[in-house]
Amino acid sequence: MSRIHRVIVDRIACTGHGLCAELFPEHFALDEWGYPVQSAEPVRRDHLAHARRAVAACPALALRLEAVRSRMPADRSDRSDPPAAQPTNQPSTGYRTRP
Amino acid sequence: MSTSASGTTRHMRGYGHHRSHPAPHPAIEGRYGERLLAGWFATGRPADLRNHLARYGRAPVLTGSGDGHRLIDTVARAGLTGRGGAGFATAVKLRAVAGHRRSERVVVANGMESEPASAKDKTLLQLAPHLVLDGLVLAAEAVGAAEAHLCVARTGDGLDHTLRTLIEERRHHGLDSIDIRVHTPPHRYVSSEASALVNWLSGGEAKPTTTPPRTSERGVRGLPTLVDNVETLAHLALIARFGPDWFRARGTAQTPGTGLVTLGSGAIHPGVYEIEFGTPVAEVLALGAVPGDAQAVLVGGYFGSWVPFAEVSGLRYSPEGLAALGASPGAGVLAALPAGACGLAETARVLGYLAAHSARQCGPCRFGLPATAEDFSRLAFGGLDRAGRLRLERNVALLRGRGACKHPDGASRLAASALHAFGAEVRRHLATGPCPAALHGAALLPTHAEPIADGDWR
Repeated sequence: MSRIHRVIVDRIACTGHGLCAELFPEHFALDEWGYPVQSAEPVRRDHLAHARRAVAACPALALRLEAVRSRMPADRSDRSDPPAAQPTNQPSTGYRTRP
Repeated sequence: MSTSASGTTRHMRGYGHHRSHPAPHPAIEGRYGERLLAGWFATGRPADLRNHLARYGRAPVLTGSGDGHRLIDTVARAGLTGRGGAGFATAVKLRAVAGHRRSERVVVANGMESEPASAKDKTLLQLAPHLVLDGLVLAAEAVGAAEAHLCVARTGDGLDHTLRTLIEERRHHGLDSIDIRVHTPPHRYVSSEASALVNWLSGGEAKPTTTPPRTSERGVRGLPTLVDNVETLAHLALIARFGPDWFRARGTAQTPGTGLVTLGSGAIHPGVYEIEFGTPVAEVLALGAVPGDAQAVLVGGYFGSWVPFAEVSGLRYSPEGLAALGASPGAGVLAALPAGACGLAETARVLGYLAAHSARQCGPCRFGLPATAEDFSRLAFGGLDRAGRLRLERNVALLRGRGACKHPDGASRLAASALHAFGAEVRRHLATGPCPAALHGAALLPTHAEPIADGDWR
């Protein structure tokens, strides 16, 4: 048993400020209206600081960082050293990221 | 389509439908294995209390300690799944509420049926209301709830009044251990969603709320709440009487029992039919005499999928059978697209309706869904260029998993399935403009047109 972290977005509270994508671009991109498009992957351990910063900065208080137990001990997000060939949590292109 | 529809059902039931094996309980099943609608097929009239008790007998009363848990175990063994659209295991929901640490609990029967292509819940409440009321009381007893609500849409058709009269009659006969209160929340597509109902019953607007928490955790006024579709509760009322083995005598191993299906547009005899899960889709469509030259079938409702007629008619009607095409029975809707009609125009109108009926709470419903509906409308009726088509496909994909409820996901599924099933028409519309059917054909799939003002959610 190990723990993985996920950012939970309250979709009703979110009003599309877009700070999450600015502070945590590895995990959040924005659609053309400025609403977050989240990576499906859990938050990597080395990105936890970014995640916490995004959660704290959200003006709508719409983000929450949640630690959940994982039944898969070999979860990629929990390796101290992620395989280099794996893509980052960057969502696929096609969405605008705020400058 | 609602009541007259059922009127045609009775005479058409034998259509291509002959079973060799004998019914396990001939007294309580109709000739073709109907259970919920057995009384209707026998008498041609809605079942009043006397008919109901004569056919099914009184529901067991759960009074002793452990009775509730035994009923939940029985439901689990029967394998009953929810009939509101999601198909979730009913026993799991019952257990979640029954096992909650708070002793004050609430049960809600969901008869809202906001899906315009579906008529099954209303038909059931008209033809066999006492099965639903039995099921609601049994579910309340099983989870230890002292509060039971029945929600039907605010359509002004008097169904709520009829139900209150029936509940009064049952009280007179001492049938129910608790009071059932009938409510009429606003009739909007998203207001039948469990969290929206709970929100409305708690004094708020009939708009979905953020989940988790699930309603079983925090529901009406913060209390653990069971929200079940009325058809689910009617099946539960029969399982409580006749047991899991009886229930499993129909249907498939994975999806036991019978289910109500609304055969809508494209059927010569549209109506609500009760079928065994696992029945070939072609046989189900034949009940409503859907012509064999239909182009495609909308499976599940406006949250469902368009599938080519030739492909779907070879499958069996059940979640596992339809999964081969990525479809699911959903709210029990099969609507055929007849030859000569334009599937893109039908889809565009439905997407416009879904966009208008969203709660506009989350990003996808505020922006993504209206933009998708608009681009789809241009695709169907003219004005979409290649860049627009790419934008449409991107936005359809972006609607998934990004709302508090599944409204954008459902619209996305519908739009994506239409782009796939009507791929040839998409290319034709883009190359040569809208087809004559799109420009001049009448709308086949029903939608409620009235727009929503901001104050209309209470």
